[in-house]
Amino acid sequence: MGLLDQRFENGNVFITSLENLLNWARLSSLYQMQFGLACCAIEMMAASASDFDIMRFGIIPRATPRQADVMFVAGTVTLKMASRIKRLYDQMAEPRYVISMGSCANCGGPYWEHGYHVLKGVDRVIPVDVFVPGCPPRPEALLEGIIKLQEKVRKESVVKKSA
Amino acid sequence: MTAEEIYNNLKAKFGDAIVEAKLDALQPWIVVDPNRTKEIALFLRDEPALQFDSMMCLSGVDYNGGKLGIVYHLFSMVHKHKIVLKAHCTKENPHIQSVSSVWGTANWHEREVFDMYGVVIDEHPDLRRILLPYDWEGHPLRKDYKVPEFYNGMKVPY
Repeated sequence: MGLLDQRFENGNVFITSLENLLNWARLSSLYQMQFGLACCAIEMMAASASDFDIMRFGIIPRATPRQADVMFVAGTVTLKMASRIKRLYDQMAEPRYVISMGSCANCGGPYWEHGYHVLKGVDRVIPVDVFVPGCPPRPEALLEGIIKLQEKVRKESVVKKSA
Repeated sequence: MTAEEIYNNLKAKFGDAIVEAKLDALQPWIVVDPNRTKEIALFLRDEPALQFDSMMCLSGVDYNGGKLGIVYHLFSMVHKHKIVLKAHCTKENPHIQSVSSVWGTANWHEREVFDMYGVVIDEHPDLRRILLPYDWEGHPLRKDYKVPEFYNGMKVPY
């Protein structure tokens, strides 16, 4: 994509840094942990369908956490589900990313006050990279969240940062 | 059959087990003995003139002041008549007899009442929590329920 544009000057010679290549490869094939929790999952499915076509970002649903790179927490996280989510996240291979989708996963949403059974934000059990607001967010919002995550991956480095 | 006729039928058959009734309500209701709900339910289902073959809904209630209860909404597909049955108990002695052997639908509904209100359903075939985790403490839809600070190390309040 943008990274590759106008870099082919002499036939088949292509120059980039290893880091760029790695990051480009990773951000272009963010495999998704396939699961949904509530109504946000419907929007996530809509994003996967032909109108929004999430696959053009290289996102392919995987039915096992061991093959997944990114987890969309799409919906209300109940306390009963929270321990399962934690376990699924622990089973994903690093580097792994989390997109929290919708108000419920972000902060408890409409259950913030009287939801005795709802976890008030999935970041209480697993680290979150991108929060997508909305109730539920439109598929475009989820796509923007994915692009934000891709930007984050693009800036990553294999070298340990000092200071 | 009108609510009054249904009530008279029950009263003639069960006498003291029929505690109270309000037959001019929008949905006429009859309060019955919580320890005899099963036989009353069986009579309502099998008596040819009544034939309440459908239990539309079973709900738990916390009436405040230490009183709990279950409300049964019954309907007859054959005679097209309805009645509401109620059974009350106290928080100190929260026992109501199961009707899941009469209407299979009641099985999970009664588990939910147990889960949310802590009403012990006597003679239920499988009385476990249905929605909340098995290690949950308390019954959340009771009016005096306090939200726990932590559940398994996770902070619960906002």
